[in-house]
Amino acid sequence: MEDTADGRPSINDMLALGSALLFSIIGLILAVSGADVGMQLHGLFLLVASAAAGIYVVSHPTNGHRKKADCYFDGPVRVATLACVFWGVVGFLVGEIIAWQLAFPALNFDLPWTNFGRLRPVHTSAVIFAFGGNALLATSLYVVQRTCRARLPGRWAPWFVVWGYQLFIVIAASGYVLGITQSKEYAEPEWYADIWLTIVWVTYLLIFLGTLRKREEPHIYVANWFYLAFIVTIAMLHVVNNLSLPVSLLGSESYPLFPGVQGAMTQWWYGHNAVGFLLTAGFLGIMYYFIPKRAERPIYSYRLSIVHFWSLIFLYIWAGPHHLHYTALPEWAQTLGMTFSIMLWMPSWGGMINGLMTLSGAWDRLRTDAVIRLLVVSVAFYGMSTFEGPLMSIKAVNSLSHYTDWTIGHVHSGALGWVGMISFGAVYCMVPWLWKREGLYSMRLVEWHFWLAMIGIVLYITSMWVAGITQGLMWRAYDHLGFLKYSFIETVEALHWPYVIRATGGFLFLLGGLIMVYNVWRTVRGDQPVDLKDQPRGAAAPELRPGAVAVPAE
Amino acid sequence: MNHAIFEKNSLILLIATLIVVSIGGIVEIAPLFMIQSTIEKVEGMRPYSPLELAGRDIYVREGCYNCHSQMIRSLRDEIERYGHYSLAAESMYDHPFQWGSKRTGPDLARVGGKYSDAWHVEHMRDPRSVVPASIMPGYPFLEKTPLNFDNIAARMKTLKEIGVPYTDEMIADAKGDVVAQISPDTDGAKQLVKRYPKAQVRRFDGRTGDDVPPSELDAVVAYLQMLGTLVDFTKFDASGPNLR
Repeated sequence: MEDTADGRPSINDMLALGSALLFSIIGLILAVSGADVGMQLHGLFLLVASAAAGIYVVSHPTNGHRKKADCYFDGPVRVATLACVFWGVVGFLVGEIIAWQLAFPALNFDLPWTNFGRLRPVHTSAVIFAFGGNALLATSLYVVQRTCRARLPGRWAPWFVVWGYQLFIVIAASGYVLGITQSKEYAEPEWYADIWLTIVWVTYLLIFLGTLRKREEPHIYVANWFYLAFIVTIAMLHVVNNLSLPVSLLGSESYPLFPGVQGAMTQWWYGHNAVGFLLTAGFLGIMYYFIPKRAERPIYSYRLSIVHFWSLIFLYIWAGPHHLHYTALPEWAQTLGMTFSIMLWMPSWGGMINGLMTLSGAWDRLRTDAVIRLLVVSVAFYGMSTFEGPLMSIKAVNSLSHYTDWTIGHVHSGALGWVGMISFGAVYCMVPWLWKREGLYSMRLVEWHFWLAMIGIVLYITSMWVAGITQGLMWRAYDHLGFLKYSFIETVEALHWPYVIRATGGFLFLLGGLIMVYNVWRTVRGDQPVDLKDQPRGAAAPELRPGAVAVPAE
Repeated sequence: MNHAIFEKNSLILLIATLIVVSIGGIVEIAPLFMIQSTIEKVEGMRPYSPLELAGRDIYVREGCYNCHSQMIRSLRDEIERYGHYSLAAESMYDHPFQWGSKRTGPDLARVGGKYSDAWHVEHMRDPRSVVPASIMPGYPFLEKTPLNFDNIAARMKTLKEIGVPYTDEMIADAKGDVVAQISPDTDGAKQLVKRYPKAQVRRFDGRTGDDVPPSELDAVVAYLQMLGTLVDFTKFDASGPNLR
């Protein structure tokens, strides 16, 4: 792929237009003759999106007058950043709704489209793929350009990746509400949405690799190792786990290729590594760029980053079977899964140490800069949940914790604490940088966001520990005659107050998210920051910093 | 080793990464397709009848797996609460598997026969009318929605292509079998039970009348009532050969 803008009719434009036309036709066919309402609706989505893209390409042709683009390609990064903020609050909101449904079941309204079973995947996909995924798209495309000193290749491909990804999210979420799901956790979208995501994802890999290829820095910076590993491994996991046979090429239904025990193993190989590569490796990429940048300190240890990178990506893949302890999965696989999960503790903490120790000599910034605090506290949460994870993978512990809310609490200490906080930190860094502002609209609002999120997380995790351990112990309690002491429903009743506390914690976290929306909106709009004097030098866009030239983090 | 090789060449970094992340999956997944003892030899397993399959598809559609597991672990309290621990063979025709990961509600692997149809009908309509402390959503729309089984034969054909042993006869009679399973004492019902041993034939949603078409609730209850009932555990030898 080449940079645009010479005299000839651009090959980029023709490719983009051809794809838009092709997808419009496919969308039209599905919209008109789809076998079910869901397929027709999704065909319509594809048609509208592709037609809009085609019209945009036609009305913005690449022409000879345009100078060869030599600056960074940040339009798609801006869109992904805003999408991350938007989907973040959508995902938190749906999570909040389903949390209250568990405390007060009347809130399900007994309708198909509002019951917990259909909304829970909306929540998980919205936070993992829409919020987390867009955070990764935005930061990876931002970071790879800066650390390679190279522009993203292509004129339309990066736009296609970002908007195509949003289309995937809309198709997936609207599908769940309509009951279109293949019921594999975190891989619920049906076959046609999976194919669409594969096309988007391969393009993402190509533009990322393309930028690495044309880099002007001799070395590939460590953040990019993690991003690359995340992109390529997610591609592998996504394709293998979603192998399925559609009932009809015009219908939304399909059946996954692998049955029973093989299906379960493949699903949790995928499921655990969606955590390992999307929510961990990708976000470590964020850590490796934004913490040193914001703190203006070098990475603590180069050697440690090499060791923990290779050991992390090697070990993570093995950990899936710890989701299947004491099940019909053969024992040898369970033992392998447990063993590797425990070993995984070490590279995880290697990453944590490398992130935390980067603050060496700048610890005072934790007091003065709430953005650094978000970034650093997220790494602390990363350390906590990567200790808890190996603990829970031990079979004896797992026999208590599995199937209970302890798992939910564990996931959220990682999701809210690590993924959420580091994404907030990265967004607060990137927004002034991307929109060329002198700083954030308000640092005080970041403080508010930090503390609301923090209290929310603590309420969430502690209530889920209590809920999970209580229920796990009640399930296995025997009375003095040797009978099971509690009926199942008694163990459900015991969880009411923990559920209320959890939902309250979630509300505080959501509130923090809304404050972020306001702050980002005011910053993007270009409003004069209210507390510029409280913001560090690095808060400003690189070109606006007093007496500084932009230097890569390396 | 000199790490600069990986840091200076994006394709080498990419290929090395791919190799490193492939190993674990290959070692853990591939043998499950090859080692015969992964799935025990048991008597009684058969593919789902068309009505049960339709019910299962609704179970998937509504996301029941979010709160109900179908996997009894080999732990004392679980066996006493739910029954014999689940065997790999019991989900060998399940595309996708429904083992679940969270028990907001109880495990359903052997819920078949534990409650009456009337209980299930009432429970789906309003869970709190039979279990006052339940936090399950109500599914009153199931009994009001006629079951859509126009493409049930196509669904079974798809499953056949990926390894579920449906015969051509089963596929050809699929639509008739859906109705036959809610029409006791008919010839179709007799044929159905021959094709699907232990299939339960009756009206499941509590409605009466001869030509009332099956509702979604019929299918869901038919599915729930057969869960965990197929394997003949009197003939299952847990310490026998060819087991894990």
